[in-house]
Amino acid sequence: MDSRVIDEARAGGARRASEVSSPRRVNTLLRHLVIAVVVGVVVVCATYQISPFRNYQLATVAAYLCVLPGLIVLTGFNGQISLGHGALMAAGAYPVALSQNLLGGDAWWHLPVSILAGVVVAVLVGAVIGVAAARLHGPYLAGATLAVAVSVPAVATTFDGVFGGDAGLSFALAPAPSSLGAYFPFERWQAWVALLGAGIVMLLLANLVRSRYGRTFRAVRDDEVAAALAGIHVGRARVLAFVVSAAGAGLGGAMFAVLAQSVSPGAYGLTLSLNLVLAVVLGGLGGLRGAVWGAVALVALQPVADAATGWLDLGAAASQRLEGTLPLAVFGLALIVVMTTAPGGLDALVTRILRR
Amino acid sequence: MLRSLWRGVAVAAALAVVAACSEDSPGGSGAAVPGVTDTTIVVGTHQPLTGRAAAGYSKISAATKAYFEYVNSKGGVHGRKIEYKVVDDAYDPAKTQQVVRQLVLQDKVFAILNGLGTPTHSGVLDFLKTNKVPDLFVSSGSALFNQPSKYPDTFGFNVDYVTEAKVLANYVKKTFPGRKVCFFGQNDDFGADALRGVETVLGPVAVSQKYVPTNPNVAPQVGALKAAGCQVNVLATITPFTALTIGTAAKLGYRAQWVGSSVGGDFTGLSALLGKPAGVLLEGYVTSGYLPSPLDDANPWTKLFKDVNAKFNGNATFEVNTLFGMAVGYTFVQALQAAGEDLTRESLISAVEKGGFAGPSLVPMRYGKDDHSGFSGTQISVIRGGKQAFVDTPYVTDTGNGPVEPHPADASVPPADGIPTA
Repeated sequence: MDSRVIDEARAGGARRASEVSSPRRVNTLLRHLVIAVVVGVVVVCATYQISPFRNYQLATVAAYLCVLPGLIVLTGFNGQISLGHGALMAAGAYPVALSQNLLGGDAWWHLPVSILAGVVVAVLVGAVIGVAAARLHGPYLAGATLAVAVSVPAVATTFDGVFGGDAGLSFALAPAPSSLGAYFPFERWQAWVALLGAGIVMLLLANLVRSRYGRTFRAVRDDEVAAALAGIHVGRARVLAFVVSAAGAGLGGAMFAVLAQSVSPGAYGLTLSLNLVLAVVLGGLGGLRGAVWGAVALVALQPVADAATGWLDLGAAASQRLEGTLPLAVFGLALIVVMTTAPGGLDALVTRILRR
Repeated sequence: MLRSLWRGVAVAAALAVVAACSEDSPGGSGAAVPGVTDTTIVVGTHQPLTGRAAAGYSKISAATKAYFEYVNSKGGVHGRKIEYKVVDDAYDPAKTQQVVRQLVLQDKVFAILNGLGTPTHSGVLDFLKTNKVPDLFVSSGSALFNQPSKYPDTFGFNVDYVTEAKVLANYVKKTFPGRKVCFFGQNDDFGADALRGVETVLGPVAVSQKYVPTNPNVAPQVGALKAAGCQVNVLATITPFTALTIGTAAKLGYRAQWVGSSVGGDFTGLSALLGKPAGVLLEGYVTSGYLPSPLDDANPWTKLFKDVNAKFNGNATFEVNTLFGMAVGYTFVQALQAAGEDLTRESLISAVEKGGFAGPSLVPMRYGKDDHSGFSGTQISVIRGGKQAFVDTPYVTDTGNGPVEPHPADASVPPADGIPTA
């Protein structure tokens, strides 16, 4: 990874550390709760103003927002890289499908229980990988997590009796509660569920990074030897960071399953894992807000690229060729532009513009 | 604290702006039928334009679109021009979910036409049902898409896998009596349905092997077929795996009679995949089809579609998938004609259920109130001397225990202007 990004991330971390010790500080939890409620109210109001498809897109943004903050904590705050978070999402998604099919999925409590099952499984898988990863650094860690990203979807094809093979599993989902009205759009309900998940993740992680654990994570990232001399159990901190981000990934995967009402290995492949890393770099690793930009970028990418092909109007043959590859090219181009103009990601760029 | 609060509000406002800049698109308010105006009909589809299934299949939607443009150039259907929105799902069921929602909720299409793939399309059946979107001519032979009581608006297009396997098995029974017959298929309902069809006609096969499409190593399975001494192998494999299987057998020095489903039996595609030794390896390969051969210039349907391909599809390579795409377009226009001038989703569905479509196919289509599956049979074709040609006459059968019966070869010709009438 570009060293400038890490530097910027460190600067962000340092800035935040000074904020924490400033005398103006009120209760962190309270402050975050107020922000969460304000943002929550605004977004829920917004879901009433937009079409079902936009709600579905918003829900997708929210599902990414369950994963990306955890990845920022892991990469930006703890200095570990993971190319295997797509696989952890699969670990969170399959239990949702399996338990929804087992329970029937029609009572109101089936969904929370299924999602919880997904998070628990992802945490367990994450703990195993985290323990292995705690001993690895840099490229070795990237390699190990890459192996996870490649191998976990293959489990579904191998044990196709349980996991439905390449076709995956689809499952029933209870409609929105009838108290919301008979014509409440299902997509708005999905958006609410995903937004609630994203809100919880953001709130918990925002508190975590400002707590003693957050400082421990950053200390380990900056200098392991110094951290160990200061009495920090380096291995434990690294495993904890991995488990926390795995929980987020599991929740995100569960949300993806809820959005699609199906899971399949193709949806959680290597491309997803790589897209997640690209998104947090694009959004900014210095703070959790980078996750918002990253999530929006992941969802906006396809429509923007489609629009671009529309403007270019290259003729049938050329646009057929570009159809699938152009979004990736746009993503790559955006990444290069952001890295060169704002190494701290979109978040740093926006902050800089707002300060002016 | 104040600054943090302001930042939070700024982020929220940004999100709200992103969200609010896209209010419900207008147009839906006046018109009662989504996607239909006095001058246009908007139809959508999901196709694998990229990804592992793109080779070959990406040609289908382009051909359908070309046929629609041909119809539009002649004034459209009942004065309405057909607008065909093709979106790429890369054969990824998760992406299909997203793009079909885009087509239905945002683009407000009138119907989904020829959505391709069993794993991809099966995921959107419930969504389309809830939104009451006609789901015509699914590009798959799976029995999933023939459930009129559960999915009243969904119709399959391809010959179903059981029917085709029965016709293939019937040919094996007549042509290779007494030989040891084995089976090699995909580990989903494509393979399972085909095996069921084969065993209905021939009784239990000697050996049955399976593969998963994500693992491109079939040496163990082909080795098992060889070890068991199989003389005739019926394949339910997609085109890349047909090529892989035949190639692997050649490497293992294993000679057998290969009999493949039309799904993986496209001669042009197989030749391209196998490269130079294709001529030798594919000699004697048996497959079947329900549409005229793209190489048969004497067939008036092939000639018509070739002309359309030249004028409206940039003269792309004319192959099985191109002809398939044209046939989809032709059948859809026929359904629109039958639905009449007062086009609604209900009138379209009842027009298809009335059936009686006459088109480029070699066998009749089955559409009726209780049957939403496509073609009723196939005709065997054999590759000899680097050429694929039909033999005998078409055969039709059912998906149960019914007999496999010959269907007199149909000499239907397309209408003079190439556009079906009601």
